Amino acid sequence: MRPWLILIPLAAAALLPAETVVIRNARVLPVTKPEFRGSIVIRDGKIVEAGEKVTEPAGARVIDAGGQYVMPGIIDAHSHIATESTNEMTLSVTSMVDIRDVINPEHVSIYRALAGGVTTANILHGSANAVGGQCAVIKMRWGKDLQGVLFEGSKPGLKFALGENPKRAGSQPEARTTTAAPRYPATRMGVEDVIRQAFTEARQYKKEWDEYRAKSAKGANLPPPRRNLKLEPLVEVLEGKRMAHVHAYRADEMLMMLRLAEEFGFKVRTMEHGLEGYKIARELAAHGVGITTFSDWWAYKLEAYDAIPFNAAAMHRQGVLVSLNSDDVVTQLSAHLNIEAAKTMKYGGLTENEALALITINPAKQLEIDHRVGSIEAGKDADLVIYDKHPLSSYARVQKVLIDGRVYFDRDSDMSERAEREARKKKLIEKQREQQKKQAPARRPS
Amino acid sequence: MKQGLSLFLLLPWLAAGADVTGAIAIRDARIVPVSGPAIPKGTVVVRNGLIEAVGAGVAIPADAWVLSGEGLTVYPGWIDALSTWGIPEQTAAPATAARTGRSAPSPQQTAAAPPAEPRAPTNSHVRAADLIRTTDRRLEAARSAGFTTAVTFPASGVFAGQGAVINLAGEKPGQMVVASPVAQYLTFSSGTPGEFPGSLMGVFAHIRQILLDAEHYRKLQERYARNPVGFKRPDYDRPLEAVLETKRMLVPASREIEMERALKLQGEFRNVEFILYGGHEGYRAAERLRAGGRPVLVNLRWPERSRESDPDREETLRTLELQERAPASPAALAKAGVKFAFYSGGADRPRDLHRAVRRAIEAGLAPEAALRALTLSAAEIYGVADRLGSIDKGKIANLLVTSGDVFQEKTQVKYVIIDGVKYEPSAESSEEASR
Repeated sequence: MRPWLILIPLAAAALLPAETVVIRNARVLPVTKPEFRGSIVIRDGKIVEAGEKVTEPAGARVIDAGGQYVMPGIIDAHSHIATESTNEMTLSVTSMVDIRDVINPEHVSIYRALAGGVTTANILHGSANAVGGQCAVIKMRWGKDLQGVLFEGSKPGLKFALGENPKRAGSQPEARTTTAAPRYPATRMGVEDVIRQAFTEARQYKKEWDEYRAKSAKGANLPPPRRNLKLEPLVEVLEGKRMAHVHAYRADEMLMMLRLAEEFGFKVRTMEHGLEGYKIARELAAHGVGITTFSDWWAYKLEAYDAIPFNAAAMHRQGVLVSLNSDDVVTQLSAHLNIEAAKTMKYGGLTENEALALITINPAKQLEIDHRVGSIEAGKDADLVIYDKHPLSSYARVQKVLIDGRVYFDRDSDMSERAEREARKKKLIEKQREQQKKQAPARRPS
Repeated sequence: MKQGLSLFLLLPWLAAGADVTGAIAIRDARIVPVSGPAIPKGTVVVRNGLIEAVGAGVAIPADAWVLSGEGLTVYPGWIDALSTWGIPEQTAAPATAARTGRSAPSPQQTAAAPPAEPRAPTNSHVRAADLIRTTDRRLEAARSAGFTTAVTFPASGVFAGQGAVINLAGEKPGQMVVASPVAQYLTFSSGTPGEFPGSLMGVFAHIRQILLDAEHYRKLQERYARNPVGFKRPDYDRPLEAVLETKRMLVPASREIEMERALKLQGEFRNVEFILYGGHEGYRAAERLRAGGRPVLVNLRWPERSRESDPDREETLRTLELQERAPASPAALAKAGVKFAFYSGGADRPRDLHRAVRRAIEAGLAPEAALRALTLSAAEIYGVADRLGSIDKGKIANLLVTSGDVFQEKTQVKYVIIDGVKYEPSAESSEEASR
């Protein structure tokens, strides 16, 4: 709808200079297929071949993995990094705000997530409001501008939130300090009402525009209805053009949201947290909602007391599409989501591929980008992470991260550039001190 | 007392009549008209507040008060392209903000359409021209620095209000106004605590909705004006009227990401013309700004380490580089062909303003380009270049007369002429300037 989406083909064209890269001598973890030793051929940012024996094109740039592990770039389905504001706290329905307006592609958290093997993340509005803001999927293309980090062609999202945060009973310090006046809703019943009211208005708004378009098409000269930026994203959710991401902890409120969605005729794409998902796994699977959760983080608030570390594995076994996320505002869990995945092998006995799927192909499916990313397969984006050890080992360290076939993080370069950066910094500080001395106000004679 | 004295000194011109001031001729001066090549030795004649003649062989009228320009240089008066000069602090913040849409809708309205969204307060209708005070003490300091004009704005709210081009001296506020309204001023302030918008995201959403509403409002009003018979009239909406009054809209853009956001927003709204202000990362974003094709106002208050900051606190490399390179932004903009002007950014002291301009020159900006940014470019950006910005016949007689090259540290501002009236720097300001 916005004109700047037109810019996307331009950004894609910028990638064009054709380059062929071969990652050789690697232990490849494609996730969707069994592990193998071999090579990956990349052309124009896409994987063209991956296997034990590949045809290496002449003139290809070779990265020798030296027997190390290569896995698909990690996808973080729930993140708040690299934004200049997280919540629009002032109202209970803030679907007019768009996280793309405040993403800062130069925020260091992008580089830190990248160094943790994350190549894609869903950047969400916070959970302060029953209906939050618009969300966007980004790639960690460190050094690019905003247009350059947005995941081109990805479906936009809209954040919703249930439970303690939107009813302001939670422990979010933001919630306590910035809004003095009490705000509706104050209960879970109220949260449901606010969301239902919002969709009811959106339905009415859609009807108004549909009628206008129909009558105009027949030649009627009518003034167009007023555009409402709050209701437009909700209409898109109703039309299936925008994904609904719902922050939820408790089983009862998750069921409430699914019923509400079914009543209005749309699917909830993901639920963030879903710590009680194991209690209602069959119902979740029946709706087709994905759950993006934590491995073993709980009891940090009342509604997070019924969590169990077996949650991810239990839901997965019952057919729920599950992923593990960081929920980072500053880089914490996104530095080691591979370890979060590994925990599901201990708690729940998932296989290696099942565990890795929780941070690759599953979140890709949840965000409807699995045709582009999430596994090592011909035709997909060459978003790859090279680890020195098996990524499910706590000894594993990220060595290189490629996005669209380009190296965006290289551990060796990072280490070797540190001294140079330090020297540059020192020089600038020296210079500044000199200048300040020169400009110091002359002492007045007293 | 002091004010009384200066009033007394102005009496000769007042005596000549309300709108008429006598002729002044500055002769044998070096004249830098900006619109054309410098005149090594020439004469400027001003009369009735306008430039009557300028050139090497200009005859001095018999009735003119002749000032020797021997050894002096005459420039167009400087323009502060984004200012609050002329609006003393206490009047800058409007007492009440207009709020519409909160009242209960009538049943009829409800039947036709859902009730209008409650709208966050906007000050878009507040006019700088209505807030001008001749008594703002900063006017004198500004004149002492060589400024004769400012584009001054109310400064409160996301839609802060409508700016006016004002001359920095006058007997009455109305005399000072050159053009109004010239632009709408957007700030990224989140306003009253607890009220929408409370975040930067909210500010963007608010700006978008208001611009859409204004466009919608315009269409409805135009429709109704064409044919009112049989149609219900649209409600009068003062803040939206105000948004529609000026196409120019100032939008904050100091960092490159802010520039990208501003240019993206410009792409969404073709009916407004954004002017980007801030410009401190222009040194690395010049190509983006050139491609964006919008003018830039560069803040003369360069980012620097605060003197009060903890001496042990280490800035990040990014911040250090910004502090080092921000003054190179004007040079980069000039090289890329981006139209830009300077603004005071809250720096009121003549010494600071001159030093800030010199830093841009030291960082590579040609002095002629610096001068143009301070005069004609600013006038062009606001559409008043037919009246201001250069020394040409028929333009407003706003001149800056210095003891030499204005960008040399030792050079003194001898006097300025505003609307044909001569003002000498105050003793305080010149002491400040020479310290």
